[in-house]
Amino acid sequence: MTVLDWLIALPALGALVVPMMSLPPENQRLIRYFGIAIALVELGLAIGMAVAFKLHTSSYQFVTKVHWIGAFGIAWYLGADGISLVLVLLTAVLFAIAMFTMKGVKDYRAYVGWMLLLEAACMGSFTALDLFLFFVFFELTLVPSYFLISDFGLGASGRAAIKFFVYTFAGSALLLVGIVSLVFIHDHQTGHLTFSLPALMHTRLPKGTAILLFLAFAAAFAVKTPIFPFHTWSPDTYRSAPIPAVVILAGVMAKLGAYGLIRFNLELFPATSRELAWLMLTLGVVGILYGAIVAAGERDLGRMVAYSSLSHMGFIVLGIFAFSTEGLSGSTLQMVNHGIYTAAIFLLLGMIYERRGTLDMNKLGGLQKKAPIFAGVFILVVMGMIGLPGLNGFVGEFLILLGTFITHRWWAVVAVLGVVLSAVYLLWMYQRVFHGEAKDDRSFRDLAPREALLLLPLVALIVVLGVYPIPLLSRINPTTSAIVHHVASAPALGNSGAPQAVASIVTGGAK
Amino acid sequence: MLVLGLVIGFPLLGFLVLLAFGKRIGDPGAGWVGTIAIALSFVAAVVTWILLLSKHAGQRTQVLRLFQWIHAGGFHVNITFRADPLSVVMMLFVTGVAALIHLYSIGYMKRDARFHQFFVYLNLFVFSMLVLVTANNLPLTFLGWEGVGACSYWLISFWFERPSAASAGKKAFIINRIGDMGFMLGTFLVFENLHSVSYSQVLPAAHRLPAGTAEAIALLFFLAAAGKSAQLPLFTWLLDAMEGPTPVSALIHAATMVTAGVYLMARLSPILALAHAASTTIAIIGVVTAFVAAMAATSQTDIKKIVAFSTVSQLGYMMLGIGTGAYVAAIFLMVTHAFYKALIFLSSGSVIHSLDSEQSIRRMGALAKLMPITAWTMIIAWLSIAGVPPFSGFFSKGSILEDAFGRNELLWVVGVVTALLTAYYMGRLVFVVFYGKPRWQEVTKGHEPHESPRIMTIPLIVLAVAAAVAGLLNLPYSGLRFLHNWLSPVFGSALVSYHLSASEKVLLPATDAVVALLGVVIAWRLWRNHSERKALEPTVLLKGWYLDSFYDRTFARGGTALAKFGDRVVDPTIIDGAVGGVAWLFRWVGGLGRKVQSGLVRSYLLIMVGGIVVMLAYVLVSAAR
Amino acid sequence: MSIPGSWYLVVAALLFGLGAFGVLTRRNVIVMFMSVELMLNAVNLTFVTYARMLNDVGGQVAVFFVLVVAAAEVVVGLGIIVAIFRHRATVTVDDISSLKG
Repeated sequence: MTVLDWLIALPALGALVVPMMSLPPENQRLIRYFGIAIALVELGLAIGMAVAFKLHTSSYQFVTKVHWIGAFGIAWYLGADGISLVLVLLTAVLFAIAMFTMKGVKDYRAYVGWMLLLEAACMGSFTALDLFLFFVFFELTLVPSYFLISDFGLGASGRAAIKFFVYTFAGSALLLVGIVSLVFIHDHQTGHLTFSLPALMHTRLPKGTAILLFLAFAAAFAVKTPIFPFHTWSPDTYRSAPIPAVVILAGVMAKLGAYGLIRFNLELFPATSRELAWLMLTLGVVGILYGAIVAAGERDLGRMVAYSSLSHMGFIVLGIFAFSTEGLSGSTLQMVNHGIYTAAIFLLLGMIYERRGTLDMNKLGGLQKKAPIFAGVFILVVMGMIGLPGLNGFVGEFLILLGTFITHRWWAVVAVLGVVLSAVYLLWMYQRVFHGEAKDDRSFRDLAPREALLLLPLVALIVVLGVYPIPLLSRINPTTSAIVHHVASAPALGNSGAPQAVASIVTGGAK
Repeated sequence: MLVLGLVIGFPLLGFLVLLAFGKRIGDPGAGWVGTIAIALSFVAAVVTWILLLSKHAGQRTQVLRLFQWIHAGGFHVNITFRADPLSVVMMLFVTGVAALIHLYSIGYMKRDARFHQFFVYLNLFVFSMLVLVTANNLPLTFLGWEGVGACSYWLISFWFERPSAASAGKKAFIINRIGDMGFMLGTFLVFENLHSVSYSQVLPAAHRLPAGTAEAIALLFFLAAAGKSAQLPLFTWLLDAMEGPTPVSALIHAATMVTAGVYLMARLSPILALAHAASTTIAIIGVVTAFVAAMAATSQTDIKKIVAFSTVSQLGYMMLGIGTGAYVAAIFLMVTHAFYKALIFLSSGSVIHSLDSEQSIRRMGALAKLMPITAWTMIIAWLSIAGVPPFSGFFSKGSILEDAFGRNELLWVVGVVTALLTAYYMGRLVFVVFYGKPRWQEVTKGHEPHESPRIMTIPLIVLAVAAAVAGLLNLPYSGLRFLHNWLSPVFGSALVSYHLSASEKVLLPATDAVVALLGVVIAWRLWRNHSERKALEPTVLLKGWYLDSFYDRTFARGGTALAKFGDRVVDPTIIDGAVGGVAWLFRWVGGLGRKVQSGLVRSYLLIMVGGIVVMLAYVLVSAAR
Repeated sequence: MSIPGSWYLVVAALLFGLGAFGVLTRRNVIVMFMSVELMLNAVNLTFVTYARMLNDVGGQVAVFFVLVVAAAEVVVGLGIIVAIFRHRATVTVDDISSLKG
């Protein structure tokens, strides 16, 4: 047993225990405390893991491998490299904060239970090294998030939940097909049936098959990230999901997509990634610009942040497919940064909604005069999103653009426009919500101490990671440079044999 | 070089203290905390200067390394600061002018509801500005660069209840961001070619850049500088920036931040020296900006707008200096400009303050007797900016024009015409505001305007002295070119020196002086007894050549329309439509299948048995074959 | 004299056909249920016969499985039928079509 097993087992066990805690209504908050306690222990585990993490090596650490379904070569196979590590940290931090955020929920048992299950699934997804295991965790994230959105959301959340579920599920179906095909091709070549990622990395694929498999994997991750044009579920979902859930959805689960692109698309199909980089880079750049433009046209704050996420995730995709260490490190760091400032902005939006019952910019206005501290925290987070140097958004964005510029210059040149556009829509939004005279006489409570405490860790991270991101970067860098090397050194795709290989899958390889 | 850390550290400390306790310290204590922090920073800057002075001319570059900031792949950036003659000059005048403006603000911002917040932003601004000028690598400079931009955003929209102020702040930040694209791309190009972004490594290795790349880098950084230093075509934000409190206009939008672009160009002089086409472009854009803005300044009626256009015009001169390789002259003009332009703004502020925030010169007049200190300091500033000898502007502008003449006579001609305009429009301002008939009765509702309190006039007097005598910094005589001797090791071979004949050396300054006096006289003749002359104030100039409304119509409205199109049409109909279409297709197919589901168990069974029969038949037939 | 194995198979086939006919033609759920039991036992008979003919005990093992499943099916099925009868007072299948798509 390593720390990774505990990271998954602890919330999973918690999720099992919570439904059994039938307490009288006045003791409901005990369930909440239980959830918070588990999330905090989990955070402690994650921090301990980060401290114990060995620098200067790109190999998987804390590896645990137990045969699970032996007949199909499926194993309980976990391990963490630098990328997994920082995402596990992000997950632990955001879940702890999301647990604290829960307030005014009727059914704490269901809520805490689903949240804990979601945490276990996210942790599992970020550390699984067995494709089947990954798929199980990846799918497992859907169930709790569906219920969190539909049962606890705002407004038309049922419809949004279904949209979310169907979109992601359609992508996952392709992922499953891709995984199974890859495993059988590998079995066919080596006579060794396994779902283990390191083993499958050595599968030789004919060009046509490789491209199909790459696209099958990419589709699932593109929906989750989201990448243009697979994004339309996100504005509806972010708009109507409850705030703690949307913190997790936008902060953690969106990273599952980008993580999957790095871990599976880049590592399993390095040559294909090179071949199709133009496509992914273009989708990334289109996402950056399109997301920013549409965000400027939005009136609803939640939807606006969803489109800004599309734009920011476009940067991350750009860095992933730039194939330079700078770009990939930047993308990984930006995943953490995006998680942090998106979580902060959604918490703030939640507070606005709590006070005013609306997120429509046209109905808000002049809030800075009524709540200066609230406005101060808000503008700090917004500046982080804009990518002001000294705050966290800058470091990742700068590295991504730099890395892309070195290898794919013209994409970076176009993507830089996103830097201007993000200032346009975010500052415009800020002006409409906070500047000017108040539209009515209703008061707007400034930050309560409890709310300030909730935001404090995130705000501190926004500043600290902007000035001193080295602790994260030094853990990310060995892994990213190894992956970049892996991609660069993979032999180019051959042209021969594509049709036969596909045929052999269809007939079950029976020849 | 620990003292360098103090120069930057004091404003940061002041910022943090004010952020945490500002509200409790209150008015005017918060102002004093801010002022003292900057004053201490100025003292530390002086110490740094003395320390450098004690070193040999070739070894005056000191580096303070704090910690590693970013590292990925081959890309390293440290938090390192650099004290060299150029950054020390910048430090000295930035902290000096900032300290005076802080002091002035204590009086000006008195009784403002957000008094302490003003000083929070102001200290943060000085900190960012110092990071900008002392950073030893491009990304750290960029940190300061964006930091001053953000502070400028907060300070312009300081009175955010006014929609115009809020919009102006946003506009300033966004237009600066357009320039920042150039900064980022330029940094990338430098890194790609020289594998470093540290000045210590990039600047000595600049000669290794291919010529075309050097041109591209120079132009990209000039884009950044054009945004920050309000050059054509990006200067419109500076006019709107006048929505901020007047001390902000003085500090940020006249003396320090807007000159950051000039500083950046001077810092990158080794690269600029390789880029001839880019240098020419910079010189032309600079001189055209100077002329266009000066023309617009002649017709403004808002006192701050006149000064703002004047700032754009003076920045154009500095860029002209950069473009012709006259880096020392550009820095010299930057320093003297900081003195007299800050003074003009503060004097204007004093007038505005006493007239209950009235800014139209139409409703001023005859204030010289009521506000003698303000009037006299303004007149000194006017004579300085006009280039009347022996005030500082005469020497600083003169040296720019000399080098422009050396480069190309046409540049010089436009420069001299602009100098005439400068003397004229500032004269117009002085006469209309301080002389003629009083027209402020409506504004003040009876009571008379009075001189500002001493806390505001002391900075005026100090700045007036500086504006008058700053020419001493760099007199055009061989032994007295202090600034030139101090800075020339930094620029080295990038610094171009043009050889002028003996007669040109006499005639050029004489022309400057004559032109300046001519402008003064014309202004006196035309505006001594007038406050309005429609023929001399055409609408096209009043509206700033319609550049702003052009941008508003094309980019702002076009962009908004595009955004709404994306939000209301593309996403819901096209993309969601495609997804919805797929969903509809499945429903349709499902509808076909629905008919089979009659709910009658026996019909299901019949289908089942039928299926079994078919399968059996298949097995039997294939077995029989 | 022993009876040849194929006779058993014929009986089983007849039983199966009888059961299938019953399921398809009768409307009373209970009778349909009995018919299904008939089909199951026809299959059981086939299993046993082949086990005997091929000397493979696997067929007899399969019969045990079928018996267990059939027992379970009876429990669940009759439970459902009783529930429906209580609800609708009828056990005629044609009246029950609430699962219509």
